[in-house]
Amino acid sequence: MRFDLTRFPVVKFLLKNRWPQLIIFILMLAGFLYAIMAGYIGTPVGNNNFGIVFVWIAWWAILILVAVPFFGRGWCAVCPIPMPGEWIQRGAILEPPSRKPRWLSLRWPNKFRNIWMQNLTFTLVALFSAVILTTPKVTAVVLTVMLFLAVGMSVVFERRTFCRYLCPVSGFIGLYAQTAPIELRVKEKQVCITCDGKPCYNGASTLRQAYGGASPSTGSAAGYGCPWDVFPGGLTKNTYCGLCMECLRTCPNDNIAVNLRPFAADLAQPSRKMDEAFKAFIMLGAAMVYAGVLLGPWGTLKAAAYSVGTGAWFGYVAAFLALIFGLLPALFLLAVKVGQGISKSNVPARHSFTAFATVLIPLGLMFWVGFSLSFVLTNASYILIALSDPFGWGWNLFGTAAVTWHPFLTATLVPLQILALLGGLLWSARTALKVSREVKVSSVPVVVFATLATLIMLGLLL
Amino acid sequence: MKRSEMLGRLLVIAGVLIVLSVPFAVHNYEGQGSIEIHGRMAETGGWSPSSIQAQAGVPLHLRLTSDDVMHGFAIGQSDVPAVDIAPGKMTDLTLTFDKPGKYTYYCTRWCGPNHWRMRGTIEVSGGSSDAPQPLSPPLYVTLNLNIDAPLPAPVTPVGRPSARRGAAFAAMLTPSYLTPDYYHAHSPAQAYLDLRADPTLSSLSDPSVWDLVAYLWRSNSTPDGLAEGQRLFAQNCAACHGETGGGNGVFAASVNAQTGKFPVNFTDPASMLGVSPALLQGKILRGGMGTGMPYWGPIFENETIWSIIGYLYTFQFDEEQK
Repeated sequence: MRFDLTRFPVVKFLLKNRWPQLIIFILMLAGFLYAIMAGYIGTPVGNNNFGIVFVWIAWWAILILVAVPFFGRGWCAVCPIPMPGEWIQRGAILEPPSRKPRWLSLRWPNKFRNIWMQNLTFTLVALFSAVILTTPKVTAVVLTVMLFLAVGMSVVFERRTFCRYLCPVSGFIGLYAQTAPIELRVKEKQVCITCDGKPCYNGASTLRQAYGGASPSTGSAAGYGCPWDVFPGGLTKNTYCGLCMECLRTCPNDNIAVNLRPFAADLAQPSRKMDEAFKAFIMLGAAMVYAGVLLGPWGTLKAAAYSVGTGAWFGYVAAFLALIFGLLPALFLLAVKVGQGISKSNVPARHSFTAFATVLIPLGLMFWVGFSLSFVLTNASYILIALSDPFGWGWNLFGTAAVTWHPFLTATLVPLQILALLGGLLWSARTALKVSREVKVSSVPVVVFATLATLIMLGLLL
Repeated sequence: MKRSEMLGRLLVIAGVLIVLSVPFAVHNYEGQGSIEIHGRMAETGGWSPSSIQAQAGVPLHLRLTSDDVMHGFAIGQSDVPAVDIAPGKMTDLTLTFDKPGKYTYYCTRWCGPNHWRMRGTIEVSGGSSDAPQPLSPPLYVTLNLNIDAPLPAPVTPVGRPSARRGAAFAAMLTPSYLTPDYYHAHSPAQAYLDLRADPTLSSLSDPSVWDLVAYLWRSNSTPDGLAEGQRLFAQNCAACHGETGGGNGVFAASVNAQTGKFPVNFTDPASMLGVSPALLQGKILRGGMGTGMPYWGPIFENETIWSIIGYLYTFQFDEEQK
């Protein structure tokens, strides 16, 4: 069941026209630079610094509670990080220029054309997260590095290589974007198969070439090949489509649809990739560790996570890595093998393992929702304070600088968290049944795994 | 280049420039004529800047903020009330110094183990052309006291001496014992030995003589002075010496870790009854070498120090007097 939003002319116009997106980009870039600047020159007190408050409380809340669950990679569509690099790479900020700049435009190496690098960059950030999340200057450094890395990679490599293969945020957004009720797909696959030049992937120059220099009859003649290195005609899930709408602009056959669809439609096709499976473990484990470190009552654990470079911190790192790369996958593999034993399945364990890892996508997402609800509602009042006094310089721009800290919706927090976690468990159990039918392996042990993980997470949050 | 492309680029550049420049411009405009002071725990830098220049009679505008925890800001030897400095918040304070000199600003909150090290100086010049008053040396210098030598009390009371009980024998005292000079220069144990050796008091029991010592000490303090001493002790001393003077304040362990010594236990008669007010004055003014005891000379005025000392002896004596 799908409903194509581009049927509405106004929606189609807004998505195809480059100006609305550019305006949002400019606003986002301004906010992004403002956050970086606040980190460098504002107060070092995290909860009074715009950089910390708007990145790790406001942006994170919007991302994990709204953007990802409802719009999938909607954030990627307006993320400002690739914008400066893309401008340099393309030599233009709107339509393709008449002459393409001569950058290296290298292809990203084949052996890294997966999300293992994103798994590593996310893990790297996660290991330092206690410090990053609380120290404005460190947050500013991380954001600056991401910005310059994106610019550098735009100069050396083609398309949005940083977003697709390196960005620590992009990896998990892609994973959880599969649950979103929105997708970009082609209307008719056959149209894409027979399309000359495939301008949605190869860009408008190819398009013009294909049309002998003349403008095509439909669609926008001016457009770039997919920045996310995806051929829209082959899209079956949301993971790697950045919703940048470039294909909507370049398609000469008006064959691109932006569909509303049921939640988690992509999960009906279990993953076959180990990098994606491990992304699910990393995210599940990280949510549990964050809940323990940032919300839990264990001072020693908290101190270890903060004391970067000390023996205690290395112990914390070892435990963190052991959990996400060792314990969780090992227990999950055990569950999968028990399931295979129950079903007397001959399917290779690797195949069942990656397929069942799909179960962890709704589970992990709801773990993150449960965790985020807690610290976002607890710390939301800092948004009002930082809005009026973003640098801690004594400003009171909107009259809210003197607001005292107070948690929001404390009475409903626990019920919401329980609802999120139990909802996630039911959702993952339903996904497990679908995977089970696909791979012909019993889902019971995997559901037991998900249940135990949920109970642990409940214990950590409540 | 197309006009739309040009416009797009201009918008991006304008957006970036506005974001990067406006905050700086506003901040610089607001900061004109004032000095921004950042407070950090002593372990991570203390006050920044830690030295300020000012002119006597000219208002000095300060913008105070904390970069870590709650601090307090006060000027030593001045009547300006202390202000709290909250993390990430800006507190404005305007000071006007009447006289030139070197003033010390310090933290009034127990912000960390080295809280007392949060000190800075304001050098005030100009103003009054009066020559600065020559400073008289403090009493412990005049008396040539070695304030670093251990001075255990040679004799201690069995019970807790009482000024109220001692008042009953006050009429038997020679007036010279009641003078501030005697009080300042003698430890309670010395006073006890002097009184014990006095033939006019030979009829009194040992506990009664100790009660007379308590009376002597009480006679050299006032209720207001004791209240002031108690307040200042709670604010500045209790972090190490403990609220009840037991040497077990919240920072006692870290003092021990740094120096190998615990803060003095004012409830211990052996250590407290062996020291004179003049010696305690020296300790407070100069600090204790190698003990972790800060110097308070630039912070407290002389009378204030005597008030604190008067309060310290209440850990040994029941001071009520009828």
